[in-house]
Amino acid sequence: MKNILIFLLLIVTISSCKEENNEPIVNSKVEDTSSEINPSIPIYNFDGFEESYLEKPHGIYVINFWATWCKPCVKELPAFEKLHENYKNKGVEVILVSLDFPDKLQSGVIPFIEKHQLKSDVILLDDPDANSWIPKVSEDWSGAIPATVLVKDGKKVFFEKSFTYEELEIELNKIL
Amino acid sequence: MMKKIAFLVAALMIGFLTFSSFNENPAGYKIGDEAADFSLKNVDGKMVSLSQFKDAKGFIVIFTCNTCPYAVASEDRIIALDKEFKTKGYPVIAINPNNPNVQPADTFEKMKEKVKEKRFTFPYLYDDSHSVYATFGAKKTPHVYLLQKENGKNVVKYIGAIDDNVRDGAAVKQRFLANAINELLQGKEVTLKETKAIGCGVKV
Repeated sequence: MKNILIFLLLIVTISSCKEENNEPIVNSKVEDTSSEINPSIPIYNFDGFEESYLEKPHGIYVINFWATWCKPCVKELPAFEKLHENYKNKGVEVILVSLDFPDKLQSGVIPFIEKHQLKSDVILLDDPDANSWIPKVSEDWSGAIPATVLVKDGKKVFFEKSFTYEELEIELNKIL
Repeated sequence: MMKKIAFLVAALMIGFLTFSSFNENPAGYKIGDEAADFSLKNVDGKMVSLSQFKDAKGFIVIFTCNTCPYAVASEDRIIALDKEFKTKGYPVIAINPNNPNVQPADTFEKMKEKVKEKRFTFPYLYDDSHSVYATFGAKKTPHVYLLQKENGKNVVKYIGAIDDNVRDGAAVKQRFLANAINELLQGKEVTLKETKAIGCGVKV
């Protein structure tokens, strides 16, 4: 009974989190981690991105489409960072795919990564013809961000929604 | 005691889920559906509905907002579309679906500033009950619905993006929306009925 209660409470907590909006980005660890941060961001077109992550025959990827200006994306980044921290030794790679405009890479994306001490891999997807590649990520994707796709050995599960850490971990564990 | 609490929490949760699913965006309009008319407040304070446009052959309904970079990058193109197609019977009707409590840059006041600054030539309406976007099924800004009047009904003919390059109008190769309107003007069926583009999720 107690377990059920905790489960229900957890769901209620998770659900109500969606309604909050001004939660600042807080990194749980702020020790000297500068060496882990990579300020050079690889730039992919869709074909390269697809080959490297979506269609890789082996590997587990948690791929989040975001942008520095996207408020709900920024809000959920700590969940992805925490997942990276907790699952990096379990063969799971978290890839933060920035859809910022390429001319904002130096002035926007890199300072953002440094400010928030992001430790997951960040790549820039620079492919303007979104109409041709959005359906290749998922037929269900309207194109709105944030969006997340979990990939295991080339098999994809897609979500057009915001995640809390708990929700993300539940979905990850379903494919592990 | 424990049972009572569990029951209470379960009841709360069911209530919450019901509420969420009530808010949940239904599938929205599909190609061929009839779009219901609406009455929304324009930046000039007047209410606007589709039925007021007696001479229109149809409408370019665009869900957009003040600050989403994809919406901002599209502004000049939306103005150009209105110029090109209003005289041919397809005026632009822009609608801001966002809740300013969630996205403070999308207040009605800031919409007025936007119209002044960019000299919008079309209505820029505020979906203050956040219901029209949901009825349409708009997921993001910008999100386009092309409607054509047929026997007094506004029928959805095209859904999606303005063109194939949201962020750079100069690099556009295919004008999806303009092509669709031109096909309708020629009495043809729209070839490419649905397209996709990256956009900012509607914030409500």
